[in-house]
Amino acid sequence: MSPRVVFPNKVLPYLLVAPQLAITLIFFYWPASQAVYQSTLREDPFGLNSKFVWFDNFKRVLSDPGYLNSLQVTAIFSVSTAFVSMAVALLLAVMADKVIKGRGLYRTLMIWPYAVAPAIAGMLWLFLFNPSIGSLAIGLRSLGISWDPLLNGTDAMILVVSAAAWKQISYNFLFFVAGLQAIPKALIEAAAIDGARETKRFWTIVFPLLAPTTFFLLVVNTVYALFDTFGIIHAVTGGGPGRSTETLVYKVYSDGALNQLMGVSAAQSVILMVIVIALTAVQFRYVERKVHYG
Amino acid sequence: MKAYGVAAGLAATASLFYSTSAFAVTEISWWHAMTGANNEVVETLSKEFNESQSEYKVVPVFKGTYPEALNAGIAAFRAKQAPDIIQVFDAGTGVMMGAEEAMKPVADILSMGGKPFDKSQYLAGIVSYYSKPDGTMLSFPYNSSSPILYYNKDVFQKAGLDAENPPKTWAEVWDAAKKIKTSGAANCGFTSTWLTWIQTENFAAWNNQQYGTNENGIGGTDVELKVNSPVFVKHFQDLADLAKDGTFKYGGRTSEAKQLFLSGECGIMTESSGGLGDVVKSGMNYGTGSLPYEQGVEGAPQNTIPGGASLWVFAGKSDEQYKGIAAFFEFLSQTKIQSRLHQVSGYLPVTLAAYEDTKASGFYEKNPAREIPIKQMMGKAPTENSKGVRLVNLPQVRDIMNEEFEKMLAGQQTAQQALDSAVERGNKAIQEALGN
Repeated sequence: MSPRVVFPNKVLPYLLVAPQLAITLIFFYWPASQAVYQSTLREDPFGLNSKFVWFDNFKRVLSDPGYLNSLQVTAIFSVSTAFVSMAVALLLAVMADKVIKGRGLYRTLMIWPYAVAPAIAGMLWLFLFNPSIGSLAIGLRSLGISWDPLLNGTDAMILVVSAAAWKQISYNFLFFVAGLQAIPKALIEAAAIDGARETKRFWTIVFPLLAPTTFFLLVVNTVYALFDTFGIIHAVTGGGPGRSTETLVYKVYSDGALNQLMGVSAAQSVILMVIVIALTAVQFRYVERKVHYG
Repeated sequence: MKAYGVAAGLAATASLFYSTSAFAVTEISWWHAMTGANNEVVETLSKEFNESQSEYKVVPVFKGTYPEALNAGIAAFRAKQAPDIIQVFDAGTGVMMGAEEAMKPVADILSMGGKPFDKSQYLAGIVSYYSKPDGTMLSFPYNSSSPILYYNKDVFQKAGLDAENPPKTWAEVWDAAKKIKTSGAANCGFTSTWLTWIQTENFAAWNNQQYGTNENGIGGTDVELKVNSPVFVKHFQDLADLAKDGTFKYGGRTSEAKQLFLSGECGIMTESSGGLGDVVKSGMNYGTGSLPYEQGVEGAPQNTIPGGASLWVFAGKSDEQYKGIAAFFEFLSQTKIQSRLHQVSGYLPVTLAAYEDTKASGFYEKNPAREIPIKQMMGKAPTENSKGVRLVNLPQVRDIMNEEFEKMLAGQQTAQQALDSAVERGNKAIQEALGN
């Protein structure tokens, strides 16, 4: 147990945490309770008539094939985004670890994309891959690959995953670089003396020792892909074509804000809230314990 | 937020000041969704109105895209902070009509201005779309447009087509599009913005086909969709077939396809008459024609239906404010304002007088494209199928249709399957929205 700070004054501690409590109450508990309340109502958009329907909205959501589809889309999207962004970041970090000249500049450049707003990252990739004007799309076409994210769901998914993963590479890169530096050089050198080649050294020594970092990043990236990618999807595909890129978060928006189905949308955000709480619990219970900082 | 606070403060100070001098200025807030040149029109109109009298002051506020503006208005109403006037797009009309208690009919407001409200001076096709089944005009038609055909004359010449004679029927469009594609005059023959509004809703009206029961929702909210009848299926199967080799190219759910036409990628496009400004600006050697119709279908071509947006007034405001709004709408209805609005922006004139005035000035001889949508809408008296489409959740139904169209164009299903499934899902969504 860590030592506890004891305040002699009974009121002061409460006063000190009061601002934070107030913020949490106003910006989290109040809207969250409103969402829970709303999820039990059926209302017209203007809120002129409302009816208490118990858990009817949840039943509707869970029996909606569109919702099951968006669960599947979310799973594919999150796993791909987390995998791509971590794999690329790890490769870059291992390479950057070997650079001796201009290491600082190289690393700084790697971190830049993290500062780009999601919607702007989305637009950037949208332009690059726009079937009629995008430079990369024209390249694909000249290679004989048909590319149409407007109609082909797989192409659209590749596009949003690329944009979302690209933005997150910098963050993962930073953690991997730090993780690599924490690995004792003596271990790697010993293996080298024993005749282990570079690939072998990486998979048997470096990669296992990076496991805590990797696990931490896995959780962070999954949460990112689940909840922080709305801007990208909104800017790039709007959930289409069909519903092939409509994630859970995007569906809350399209049902609530575009289609004015308040109750159904609120029920979905309550379900999302439960997922976030579960993920946070997992993170606190397992991840925080295993990751070594510094 | 800060600017709003300052403005409110200023307004408060101003009203304090004026109340002592007996010139209380009543502020009227107007939320809109106009960008670019159209936003300038909004600003100019408000400024001119404010300078024309001293009792009222219209304050326009830009609220984002059409759906965003509507959502902002709904959210504001729920928070009891509704603006006075809000601009709502065509598809949102049913949503607004479903909230009768929240709105004040424009017909009532106009008669509060002192003069009795004379509906006959407004264009019938437009007014009927924004009226209740009993004929009460609910919102003020601000910007109305209708879909027309655009074509690239240079591409037509290259493909060996007659550049002075645009295709009139869909069969002719398909032929021309194939010729453009095979001759290599352009990468794609035909594209269209808004497959929902143009190829479904207007397609129905123009070919006198039923879109849904209950006069497509004009007669009542309980609507069953009928867009999977043979005429629709044939049209969409044609589109799907042409999409296979890229003769028809899909641009997106709203007006994205305009870029395909402007960049010279596609030779023919159907788009809103309101899109003319961008086509002119691009410097292209363009031509225009009426929206194509399906040959051999009885009654076609009938008439097209208006798109665009109208101005709604929230209920629960003071009489003083309503008088101001009435004065503003009177101001907007003046012939000289309407004529100018029509000629500058490409929207349809709202009043008959403005149409006659523009015609007399010889404007249409130089700008025939401006008259096409008016002729399309006024050519014949509307039938049950061509008064417009009004659903309590039209934006949602459009989304459902877009999803099915996209799957169809990607080759995952036939037109029959796409339309059957659009009807089934759409009907279910309508019933849910009605609370059944």
